[in-house]
Amino acid sequence: MAELPVDPLKIIHAFGPHLSEGTRPSRGEPDKLVKTHCCFCGQQCGIQLKVKDNEVVGFEPWEEFPFNRGMLCPKGVKRYLQGSHPDRLLGAIERDPSAPGGFRKVAYDAAIARVASEIDRIQRAHGHGAIGVLGGASLTTEKTYLLGKFARVCLKTPFIDYNGRLCMVSAGAANKKAFGIDRTTSPWADMVGTEVIWVAGSNVAECSPITTNYIWQARELGAKVIVQDPRITPLARTCDLYLPVRPGRDAALFAGVLGVMIEKGWIDRDFIERHTVGFEQVAEYCRAWTPERSSEVSGVPVRAIHQAAELWGTAKTSFLFHARGIEHHSNGVQNSLATINLVLASGRIGKPKCGYGTIVGQANGQGGREHGQKCDQLPGWRDISNPEHRKYIASVWKIEEPDLPGPGVDAYELFRKIERGEIKGLISICFNPKVSLPDNEFITRALNKLEFYTAIDFFLNETAQHADVVLPGSLQEEDEGTVTQVEGRVIKINQAVDPPGDARRDWVIIQDIAQKLGRPHGFTFESPRAIFEELRIASKGGVADYSGITYEKIEQQMGVFWPCYSADPRTGEPLTDHPGTPRLFEPDSYNPVAKGSGPFYFPDGKARFNVAEYRAAIDDASEEYPLFLTTGRVVSQFLSGTQTRRIGPLVKQYPEPRIELHPRLAEKLGITDGAWATCETRRGEITLRAMVVTTIRPDTLFIPYHWSGPKSVNRLTVAAQDPISKIPQYKVCGCRLRPAVAAPEYARVLEAQQ
Amino acid sequence: MTVPAHLEFFVDPSRCIGCQACVQACTECDTHRGHSMIHLEAIDRAVSVQTVPVVCMHCEEPTCAEVCPADAIKRSSDGVVHSARKPRCIACGNCVVACPFGVPEIYPEQQLMMKCDMCYDRTSVGKKPMCATVCPSQALFYGTREEIAALRPQSMPTNKFQFGDQTITTRVSVLVPRRAAPAPRVDVTAAMSEQPERRSARLNVLDTRVIADASDPFAAVEV
Repeated sequence: MAELPVDPLKIIHAFGPHLSEGTRPSRGEPDKLVKTHCCFCGQQCGIQLKVKDNEVVGFEPWEEFPFNRGMLCPKGVKRYLQGSHPDRLLGAIERDPSAPGGFRKVAYDAAIARVASEIDRIQRAHGHGAIGVLGGASLTTEKTYLLGKFARVCLKTPFIDYNGRLCMVSAGAANKKAFGIDRTTSPWADMVGTEVIWVAGSNVAECSPITTNYIWQARELGAKVIVQDPRITPLARTCDLYLPVRPGRDAALFAGVLGVMIEKGWIDRDFIERHTVGFEQVAEYCRAWTPERSSEVSGVPVRAIHQAAELWGTAKTSFLFHARGIEHHSNGVQNSLATINLVLASGRIGKPKCGYGTIVGQANGQGGREHGQKCDQLPGWRDISNPEHRKYIASVWKIEEPDLPGPGVDAYELFRKIERGEIKGLISICFNPKVSLPDNEFITRALNKLEFYTAIDFFLNETAQHADVVLPGSLQEEDEGTVTQVEGRVIKINQAVDPPGDARRDWVIIQDIAQKLGRPHGFTFESPRAIFEELRIASKGGVADYSGITYEKIEQQMGVFWPCYSADPRTGEPLTDHPGTPRLFEPDSYNPVAKGSGPFYFPDGKARFNVAEYRAAIDDASEEYPLFLTTGRVVSQFLSGTQTRRIGPLVKQYPEPRIELHPRLAEKLGITDGAWATCETRRGEITLRAMVVTTIRPDTLFIPYHWSGPKSVNRLTVAAQDPISKIPQYKVCGCRLRPAVAAPEYARVLEAQQ
Repeated sequence: MTVPAHLEFFVDPSRCIGCQACVQACTECDTHRGHSMIHLEAIDRAVSVQTVPVVCMHCEEPTCAEVCPADAIKRSSDGVVHSARKPRCIACGNCVVACPFGVPEIYPEQQLMMKCDMCYDRTSVGKKPMCATVCPSQALFYGTREEIAALRPQSMPTNKFQFGDQTITTRVSVLVPRRAAPAPRVDVTAAMSEQPERRSARLNVLDTRVIADASDPFAAVEV
């Protein structure tokens, strides 16, 4: 029974989002300063939390941590206000339509017993696969490892996936196809001193603010900066070449640029010959994309395509980054592959001051995709369909290989299975799909069909409002563990305070469910460190080899770049002092896949060119819906806003979503800055205030996605997905816009953050 | 305890991304009760994403102190101009009106003028100001003149400003680009056409003595 228990306004009244105070009044000297990292994005800035009487009361910059050297964005500055919050779930609650807020308190043990009995009932009646599990990439690697193991070993279900499906999977799939390994190639320090930096589809200043300083420091020392985006982002304001790409046309632009480079001979023939395969097919594909055709499709002028080819083609050192802007497409893997083709053709990889990578969006965007909460994956970036990989992991988990389920389905498909009645029970943690998945009215309909749903969370997020039982989980600062940040550096999250009230650390809750189900085998860990020690063994020999990493080594080195071996990959001799691998693909490097035949992670040691085909977006702009709708973040909010919509000063900074549009379009439609406007797609419509700015293409609307209910842009987005990565196409769909007839109903009853 | 003379504060507006990390961090200081002493100004959001953080410039001859009828505003020997002294301040607002940079503000609940004091509690004990520590694009920078010269070869610091007949020298410096500054107005459509439009306007720069480089396009620009 997973329909909302009472009117959503009543749930909001009881459980929020309400706002924290603006700051926490001083209570004198803190008891301690805890060195840890921010709980939000993939930059994972080092920060020190001030603790007084088991409460986080403020922060102090951590200037020694090499990645950010004390720098923080506003989210990092105010993150500590998520603690001691009035909305915090201090105990378990269960659905009760007769309770004022729709939920009543229940004893923790009784809640766990009910969850276990419902799972048992559903699995007896409908099989193990009738239970689905959803995880998230903001969890520590220990938790993601445990969750993957819990689904496969305890619940025996193949149906686990995670919110990284919305985030990094296009880049991950492309990296796997091109390099045989999925990680940013170089530490960010390599960027300073490079000649050219290409930023494709990444609003760096708002989504990964610390990276701005690296890019602009490089620029200060002479680097040219190319920015490809339908909006003039803060980074684009001072760039050397701005490519105002039409949403969904990135592959066409890349093909045009590479075509010019090939024609002019601005490529590294020697590198291509010695270290890659597949160039000729790519060259042939690009020949069909003349600058004129590329320009016509992408909306980028011919002159700019030539300039990009010259800047990129003639440089001696370079960095290329991309992010969700080119990845959130039904063509996302192709777009990512096209950037890799530009990098491989230049030969500028595996060298100092040269790099390529995706800027991950979530805290553990990297680690969270390596150790087994992804539906097709086992720890160590192993493949769940590979018999050797299955055998090894089964041996670590002390189960028979045939008992290990096979691949499941992606997070969206999991909801389609729920909607079809194939999955009847759901456990979720660190995921708010009712806000974050596209076409989210469908997600609501699917949630309503669940027989039983339990969510583990510290606040009652919009999805958890549908739950039968909500188990009180822990904030990042209430537990320890590791995460792997944007550069591939494994870092340590340290516990600052204990969970308040009856809240528990997430891994304890997962193990309690296993115990109560009478399936405790493999779920008797007593600490995150114990989980990490098993993860080290499970990852050993995999591409994402963490076996040489210890908590102590992370502390001594201020992070360890994986792969980090416990045995010499050449000889198998034990190693205790492997420092990790800051830069991948160096010419003389040895990896366990190529075994010395080359720097890339394929048996022949060569990287792969892949034809990166342009395909039109699904539900593209049309006569009926003539504008492009694109979505993204603002700097003061994070993901679905479960945390940041509860932090007062961050809400004040950008209270509610607005529709960004160009004055030329605004004039045509009769919409003025600040007026209510209604945006409509084939899925539905929302009414928000307009923000009229010259910094966006006149054929494009931008709406940030952090809000819920009537303010959620994901009511409008299309559930089209990339055929390989299954990432949703958040960055483009056809829409239309009109002045609103009146202020929306919600403006009267909801606060900005609700 | 004083702020060491070799450590200086530099503001580089061309690097500001408008994220407000400085503003949010400033509110964390115990001494100003949740208020930010930094103003973050959007130049004109309708036509640009350019923003500018405004901190106290710490003038050598502070106008705010000169116009204060109660002698409540003091400049310490290390060049830092402090918030009004509580026992003396009459919250008249003369300083607010007179400051050419628009920095001081009156806080009615406290009946007091408060402003940026370069985080005196931090800088006087050898730490960096909070805003310059957290600023993710280092538009706010605190360090030595040698460091800034090495890190920002494309800009030069200036600390002399002309307001009508008044010349003001400040402890805080602003970094001014040596070559063409980014356009204050940007429009995507300019980048969409084959014939790009020329920059519509340029920032005016004041101190021609510092920027004497003949190749510098600002050298001849009128204020």
